[in-house]
Amino acid sequence: MSELHYKTLSETAAMLQAGEITAEQAVQACLDRIEATEPSVKALISVQGEQALAKARELDGQGPDPAKPLWGVPMVLKDLLTTKGVTTTCASKFLENFVPFYDATVVEKLDAAGAICIAKANMDEFAMGSSTENSAYFKTANPWDLERVPGGSSGGSGATVAAGQCAAALGTDTGGSIRLPASFCGVTGLKPTYGRVSRYGMVAFGSSLDQIGPMARSVEDCARVLQVIAGHDPKDSTSVDCEVPDYLAGLDRKDLSGLTIGLPEQYWPDPDKEGGLSPEVEQACRNAVAKMEELGAKTVPVQLGLTDYAIATYYIIAMAEASSNLSRFDGIRYGKRAENAEELIDLYTKSRTQGFGDEVQRRIIIGSYVLSAGYYDAYYGKAAKVRRLIRRNFDKAFESCDLIAGPVCPTTAFKSGEKADPLQMYLIDIFTISCNLAGLPGMSMPVGLGADTNMPIGLQLLGPSFSEDLMLSAANTLEKNLPPMPIPGL
Amino acid sequence: MKISPEEVAKVASLARLELGPEKIEEFTSQLGDILEHMDKLGELDTEGVEPMFSPVEQVSVTREDKVRKEHTREEVLSNAPETDGKFFIVPRIV
Repeated sequence: MSELHYKTLSETAAMLQAGEITAEQAVQACLDRIEATEPSVKALISVQGEQALAKARELDGQGPDPAKPLWGVPMVLKDLLTTKGVTTTCASKFLENFVPFYDATVVEKLDAAGAICIAKANMDEFAMGSSTENSAYFKTANPWDLERVPGGSSGGSGATVAAGQCAAALGTDTGGSIRLPASFCGVTGLKPTYGRVSRYGMVAFGSSLDQIGPMARSVEDCARVLQVIAGHDPKDSTSVDCEVPDYLAGLDRKDLSGLTIGLPEQYWPDPDKEGGLSPEVEQACRNAVAKMEELGAKTVPVQLGLTDYAIATYYIIAMAEASSNLSRFDGIRYGKRAENAEELIDLYTKSRTQGFGDEVQRRIIIGSYVLSAGYYDAYYGKAAKVRRLIRRNFDKAFESCDLIAGPVCPTTAFKSGEKADPLQMYLIDIFTISCNLAGLPGMSMPVGLGADTNMPIGLQLLGPSFSEDLMLSAANTLEKNLPPMPIPGL
Repeated sequence: MKISPEEVAKVASLARLELGPEKIEEFTSQLGDILEHMDKLGELDTEGVEPMFSPVEQVSVTREDKVRKEHTREEVLSNAPETDGKFFIVPRIV
C-alpha cells in the first residue's frame, strides 16, 4: 500500500474498479501521505479526513460502479471552489469562516463520478499571484526543493499532486495559474478553452479569463478528470453548449505524424540575450520538441507579435474585473465584518481593509483606477482592443499549425522571497497569459529536470478553441516517449 | 503614467479601502511602476478595432422566466455576520 500515492489516477481508478483496493484504503493512503509530508510541504488549507473516510465507506458498501469513472478516487480542490458544508477560504482572511451552502458545478460533477474530495488546497489569496506566497495563511513549499515556490496561484494543487497526497487536484487558471504550478512542481495541468467547464461556484477573479482545470501525474489522468468536469451548465451562461468529445478515445495514437507544431519566435527568446530563456529551460523544451519531430510531427515557425504587450493587456483586464468582482465582499452577507463600525460605508471600508491582503488591495485599486472616468479609454478600453489583436495573432498562427509549443516560464521555480516586487512577479507570466486573453486551451506537461537547478521543467502546448482532444492525444504520445518523470525526494 | 499619493488615496476610498500613510507611499511607487508598464499599450494602433470583452461572444443566453426556489432563507443567512434570523443586519442608515 505504501506506494499507492505514487500511482497515477488512471492506475488507482482501475485498481478501485477491479476491487483490488477499497475506496477506504485509497483515501487512507492519501491521508497517511498527507500526515507524513504536509508538515514540510504545507499544500493544504483544510483536510476533510473523517468526512472523506465516511464517504469512502459508503462507496465501499455499494461496491465499484463502472458508470462512475472516478469511483473512490481521492482528490483535492483548490480552496476557491465552493464546497457545501466545507469551509471555502480563497486563502483570504476575509472568508476564514465561510461555509458555502452549495457545491460548485465541478464539485457536483466529481461527486457524481464517484470521486472523494479529501482536502482543500492552498493558493494565492483570491488567486492573485504566481507563487502561492500571497496566501493569507501560509506559504506552500515546492516538493522538489522546499526553499522554492510551487508557482501560483494553484500552488497548493500543484504541490499536493507532486507530493503524492492525492490522485489529482483541480486548479483554476486566470493567467497561468494551473500551468505555472504544474511546470514548477513537475505535474501535468490543463487549462480548458474558456467556456468548456462551468465556473459556477468558482469564486470569481477575472470572469472573462478564469477557467477550472485538472492537475495530475499524467496526461491521461487530466483527460479523465476533464471528461467528468467539461460541458454546458445552465448555471453559467458562458459555458458553451457544444458536445464534449471522448478525450480518452484519442489517446492511443502511435506517433505524431500529420501534426504540425508552431514554434512562436517570441516564446523562444535567445538564452544569450536579456529577457531570454534560462539555458536549462531552453534545453529541456528543445529536446521535447525534437522528440515530437522524431515522432513524426512537423515544426514551423509562427509569429505571436504582440507577446510583449500581453502582460500589460492582461493585468489591466484582470485587475478591472477583479475590482468589480471583489466589490461583493462587503461584510454584510458573508465573510469578515469589522467590529465597531458606526455607519454603513465605514463598515464596508473597515471590513475590506482588514480582510484583504496587500496584493488583493493593490489589484482592486489599479482595477478601479483603470475603470475610472478619464482613464477608462486609455487603459481598459485600449486593453480590450489589444485583446482582440492578440486573439487575431493566434487565429493567424493556427492557419499554419495545429498546436503551438513553447516553455511555460523562462525559468524553473524560484526561491521563496526572491521576487518581492509586484511588477517583477507579473512579468514571469509572459508565456501563459495570452492564452487566457484569447480564451484558448493550454497545458503544461513535465519534460524533465533542469541541468542547473535540478527542478522540473514544463512544456506548454496551446491549441485552437475546443482542441483539448488533439492537445491531450499529442501530449500523451509525447509523454509515453519521454523518459519517465522522477518523483520528488520527499 | 505616474500616479500621485492623493490619487491613490482617492481611488482606494472609492474602492472602500483605507490606506495608512506608509501603505499609500508604498502603493504609490508600486502602482506607478505598474501603470508605466501598462502605458506600453499606447504604442499600438488600435484605430477601428472592435474591443473584445470576452472570448465567448455568442448571443446572450436567456433562461425560462420561471420562479425557482433553490435555497432556503436559513441557508442564505447562514454565513451572515449579523442577522435577526430573518434579515441581514446593517448599521443604521437613516
